[in-house]
Amino acid sequence: MKNVQFMEIEGRSFGYLALLGILGAIILVALGAWYVMEHNGHYVTGMNNAIVWGTPHIFAIFLIVAASGALNVASISSVFNKTAYKPLARLSGLLAIALLAGGLMILVLDLGRPDRLIVAMTYYNFKSIFAWNIILYNGFFAIVAVYLWMMMQQSMNKYSKPVGVAAFLWRLILTTGTGSIFGFLVARQGYDAAIMAPLFIAMSFSFGLAIFLLVLMAAYKWTGRPLGDAIFRRLKNLLGVFVAGVLYFVLAYHLTNLYATEHHGIEAFILRDGGIYTQLFWIGQIVIGSLLPLLLFYHPSTAKNRTLVGLGALLVIIGGLIQLYVLIIGGQAYPLEIFPGKEVIESSFFDGQVAHYAPSLWEVLLGLGGVAVALIMVALAVKILRFMPTSLADEDVDPHHSA
Amino acid sequence: MANKTYNADLSRRHFFSKAVAAAGLAVAPGVFLRQVHARPSDQAATSEQRWGILIDTNKCAKGCDSCVTACMSENGWGDINNSEEKSNAHQKAQWIRKVTVKDKQTGHVQSLPLMCQHCENPPCVDVCPTGASMKRADGIVLVDKHICIGCRYCMMACPYKARSFVHEDLENQKVVAPRGKGTVESCTMCVHRVDKDGTPACVEACNADNHNAMYFGDLKDPNSEISRQLKEHGGEQLRADLGLNTGVRYQGL
Repeated sequence: MKNVQFMEIEGRSFGYLALLGILGAIILVALGAWYVMEHNGHYVTGMNNAIVWGTPHIFAIFLIVAASGALNVASISSVFNKTAYKPLARLSGLLAIALLAGGLMILVLDLGRPDRLIVAMTYYNFKSIFAWNIILYNGFFAIVAVYLWMMMQQSMNKYSKPVGVAAFLWRLILTTGTGSIFGFLVARQGYDAAIMAPLFIAMSFSFGLAIFLLVLMAAYKWTGRPLGDAIFRRLKNLLGVFVAGVLYFVLAYHLTNLYATEHHGIEAFILRDGGIYTQLFWIGQIVIGSLLPLLLFYHPSTAKNRTLVGLGALLVIIGGLIQLYVLIIGGQAYPLEIFPGKEVIESSFFDGQVAHYAPSLWEVLLGLGGVAVALIMVALAVKILRFMPTSLADEDVDPHHSA
Repeated sequence: MANKTYNADLSRRHFFSKAVAAAGLAVAPGVFLRQVHARPSDQAATSEQRWGILIDTNKCAKGCDSCVTACMSENGWGDINNSEEKSNAHQKAQWIRKVTVKDKQTGHVQSLPLMCQHCENPPCVDVCPTGASMKRADGIVLVDKHICIGCRYCMMACPYKARSFVHEDLENQKVVAPRGKGTVESCTMCVHRVDKDGTPACVEACNADNHNAMYFGDLKDPNSEISRQLKEHGGEQLRADLGLNTGVRYQGL
């Protein structure tokens, strides 16, 4: 491999300023939406006492899961010694931090009492996986920041491997923690499953790389820097493997549930009778988010077309959001089994009925604000520091050197 | 030498303190046996009691919601207080609700009140990141409104949908039951009454109506009415499979 040159982007073009302007506007609108929710209370949102986690959680968990996945490209270079990925490692770390920041912003602003963030940081119940996650998120910021420092300061390069290994392990634990938020919920039919942890890890690989690929394509196209076919093909093929991996865990989850009579209710709800949730599962998660991207990534007629591969990555992201919608909203919408063997015929609190949820505009705007925060952080950082190689052309990054 | 004297004094002191403690332990059951409820307000709740409620579904009248109304007027939530007028029916707080269930096999219909089950191993307390969800030593599960951040994870974890999130500003709250926008709340077993030797409002209302479907008392006191009822007729837990050892029990389910 030649000596890869990293360089800040110029960041004076109209396009760049327009990008900042658009992202900034989205963030302002999101803050406005947050103010509406915070000022009035959550009655203005779609949430209620049955669906307690709504659209903001879908965006937040998506970004948090994707954050740890975005770090994979760096991990592949540092931990698994694939030198072809090394030029991408800095951008990978940057994107990881940015996505996590965006996700956490949504999560915090959707709290009933966001003003008590300091309480969340100072009072810990160590039996709560949520409390562990707060520590894991903060640690992730710190460890990835140090990792970037080791990679970006030449005299510290020798430490990038051990720090990279630590970051890799940390991110696995972090996503295990995120999945376990659902895995540890004993009372709900859709959750309470150990497979949530590895499923979320697979999802993080897939969502994180899809975002990374799109950010990479956009950044290189808009700055006019060359992006070679070799590195692009590697990333695309890897993304395909990750998408298939998610599909495998989803299959294992549903097969296990279908075997146990106890879970037939929730399975029938998601797979057959759940209306919007069933449609979202089959059309959104399976066809649009999994099968179509796999086709685009691997079919000879589309695999070499960057636009179509980029479209595939976009579909992975859309499918991922839909997957989390089915998991989070669908899992809550399915009624709690408070009286096994009995049917609820009357209740002032809608027991035994599928809970209703319709996302409000405010929640969607807040979610999009988190995405914009992540993207604006990347856009600003690549202008200030040297995250992006000047060229990722094939001749500049030797793809055959992978030992 | 001075040291030795000191040590001797110390061991003598230890001996006396242990002797006093042992004597105290020996006398205590006699002294405290009949002291069932009353506890000075400056003393913390202890695990000498475990408060519970037993509900006899055979006596619980269909269509009667005295317990629900009593809870509303005691704790200041619900329509009778014009509380949460902006929230929709799915968003309004429900500390206690009446549920009618029908057995899928036999068609047997029962009516019962459903509220926080005051689990010995409450999932809401396990998952709460800040420790706002907590269980008192005497088994009453509460939310500390000062450190609840409104994350709603406890509501995800509760198997009974017993918790509510306050979706809007509140006015005219009851002194005994502070509530707050953006925090989670649930049945407190009328802890303010229990601490003054009283009975929860729902139980009192049920008895006042002569339904007598609810018993409140100390599950650890073998002579309490609730313990005797449970020993004689048994009492089921909702979702007993979860192993939560609920403080609220049902007969005839």
